[in-house]
Amino acid sequence: MSERKDITRRRVIKGGAAAAAAAGATPYFFTRAFADGHGYLNAPKGDTVTFGFNVPQTGPYADEGADELRAYELAVEHINAGGGGMLDTFSSKALTGGINGKTVKYVTGDTQTKSDAARASAKRMIENDGAIMITGGSSSGVAVAVQSLCQEAGVIFMAGLTHSNDTTGKDKRANGFRHFFNTEMTGAALAPVLKNQFGTDRTAYHLTADYNWGWSQEGSIQKYTEGLGWNTAAAVRTPLGAGDFSQYITPVLNSGADVLVLNHYGKDMVNSLTQAVQFGLRDKQVNGKDFGIVVPLYSRLMAQGAGENVKGIYGSTNWHWSLQDEGSKAFVKSFGTKYGFPPSQAAHTTYCQAILYADACQRAGTFKPSEVGKALEGFKFDGLGNGPTEYRAEDHQCFKDVLVVKGKENPSSKFDVLEVVEVTPRAQVEYDASLLGGELGPYNNG
Amino acid sequence: MDALFLQILNGLDKGGAYALIALGLTLVFGTLGVVNFAHGALFMLGAFCAVSVQRILSISYEQISETEKDFLGNPLKEQIPYLEGWLGADVSNWLQDYSVPISILVAIVFMSIVGIVMERGLIKHFYKRPHADQILVTFGLAIVLAEIVKHYYGANPIPQSAPDVVAGAANVGSWFGLGDGIVYPWWRLVYFVFSLCVISVVFAFLNFTTFGMVVRAGMQDRETVGLMGINIQKRFTIVFGVAAAVAGIAGAMYTPILPPDYHMGMDFLVLSFVVVVVGGMGSLGGAVLAGFLLGMVQSFAAMNEIKSIFPGIDQIIIYLVAIVILLTLPRGLLGRKGVMED
Repeated sequence: MSERKDITRRRVIKGGAAAAAAAGATPYFFTRAFADGHGYLNAPKGDTVTFGFNVPQTGPYADEGADELRAYELAVEHINAGGGGMLDTFSSKALTGGINGKTVKYVTGDTQTKSDAARASAKRMIENDGAIMITGGSSSGVAVAVQSLCQEAGVIFMAGLTHSNDTTGKDKRANGFRHFFNTEMTGAALAPVLKNQFGTDRTAYHLTADYNWGWSQEGSIQKYTEGLGWNTAAAVRTPLGAGDFSQYITPVLNSGADVLVLNHYGKDMVNSLTQAVQFGLRDKQVNGKDFGIVVPLYSRLMAQGAGENVKGIYGSTNWHWSLQDEGSKAFVKSFGTKYGFPPSQAAHTTYCQAILYADACQRAGTFKPSEVGKALEGFKFDGLGNGPTEYRAEDHQCFKDVLVVKGKENPSSKFDVLEVVEVTPRAQVEYDASLLGGELGPYNNG
Repeated sequence: MDALFLQILNGLDKGGAYALIALGLTLVFGTLGVVNFAHGALFMLGAFCAVSVQRILSISYEQISETEKDFLGNPLKEQIPYLEGWLGADVSNWLQDYSVPISILVAIVFMSIVGIVMERGLIKHFYKRPHADQILVTFGLAIVLAEIVKHYYGANPIPQSAPDVVAGAANVGSWFGLGDGIVYPWWRLVYFVFSLCVISVVFAFLNFTTFGMVVRAGMQDRETVGLMGINIQKRFTIVFGVAAAVAGIAGAMYTPILPPDYHMGMDFLVLSFVVVVVGGMGSLGGAVLAGFLLGMVQSFAAMNEIKSIFPGIDQIIIYLVAIVILLTLPRGLLGRKGVMED
């Protein structure tokens, strides 16, 4: 027996409203991919393919963003020429000029280091400019936000400078890949050096930027230093962009702590470190020991901002221009010749990401995200400045050696502010993929 | 006890800076009735006077080194300051060491001119416009000035050093018989004393000079002063220049504490407005009092003992205090009747 349903005006209006809502809610990308008939979004037509470089062009990280953009331009030059820079030292020789017979062109967006602005510019590059891949950025908050957008849209996201565990941890996505290291790896790499430098009987005081990345770094450093036998006197959250940190530094003086860990990046790092040194912490003695300051994540561009205050201060970095392997030397030479100064770690990681994506497309023989992703998963390579490296399939995180650095005592130039004190081998910083949680989920081709 | 002493010192130091920054803002409001959202940008411009002086003193010619190599392995181009050739290495080094104090003189002249040009070229057209228009135009000006500075100096902070003689930390504990463990940065102590001096000079200027007397009379009743044949507008223009100079020298002196960048003006803008509002719009004494009060409150709120009871209190305490004061004293601490009440 079937129930008869009368067609009433009310039902028609309800049905119409539901259909309209469904149409409105259907992502633009979804309909576009099917309309194209290629099975994936923004399949390149003609003889070009478009990359989307989403970097901070304004705001506090504009200088870092400018360096990323320089590196991307260089990478595009090398990809289209089929050689030059680190492409010559890269272990994969798949790229011989362009990708899959197409010349790479690019569009740029300004993240402003704000999640909403970064998503808007990425969306614009995908929808209006037909970008096949989005890459760049200088903030974990931005990386997580744009990665999520790219997953929804159905394009690959090759993250730029993002150090929080969450990017390839609880917020990881199948369409997202990170070359840069993370706070877990920083903790694992720094701990043995801190043990050698400061011993095992220490009390640490953390000043932490009060947002996603700061919490991630505080947790990782605390985990590894407490593993050494250190105590944590306090972990104090400071507002992002506080400027004057003196009210947070004065309590350190009488806390009994003998090591200050500054979980700050960028301008906050410059300011808190400068002020900590002004308060005499670098020259202080506590508990009969020399007081220590640690900046777990260094940026050479930012270290320049802190000037002489970085001298002797330990930290970690993803890459440094003074490395003497063939890849690093080739990159420094091509970048330095073109622009007149050495590249930053932000420039290095973004250059690598552009090359790695292009190479994966060439090896896959397509730009389809799921196929490109599979070509990147488990991909082992060398010659890009960090030694043997692997894009781990389980979380799309690159695993490679990590550099522990120290502010140089006698710099020979304004670029020469950090010295590499240890190259921590990959095996020492590798962790189980389940440690940081999250699910990659399936690829989205748009 | 040691911790309390340090927080008091920190509160005074912060308060001095806040009072100094807010002083110029409230001076402009009190005389011209203009809500100047570009005041933070003037503070930033003053800081970049210090950067510029340091760069000018370091202008160099290149000399190819016979032994050193650059990062590409090419012969290093050594930078030799012209001053070294003209005046000798000792004088050149001394001038560079004292670039921040020297920049105070430059900032006074440059910022006075900037202030006068700003007032004559832009602000005067907005005297009779609503405060919302003044806020919009001065805020826009602040953005323009910040972007110009970013274009020429980049986005990253540029470190400035205090002279060697006041670098490092002073053993203030021993001064007060509290032991050797209590230290405080020399330059912050210098800044505190400097801010007290500038505040005193501005007060003396307004209270003990004929010029100041006329300005104060103009603040009370501009038309009556005008009817007495005094060109009060000209004096107000000079006051705007003085306010810009005060903001400028506050910024220049602040550079060893906070490496300046193009955005530092915006960072201080909201805070300086809170200080002015809490002190009472247009009240110089109020601005100074509120500056020290809020500096002290902010310093104590950052103590771990306080934060463990009220997590995050350090990030909102200034605004909480502002709300409480404005609820109990709607005109602020020393606000006058009739100001911004029409």
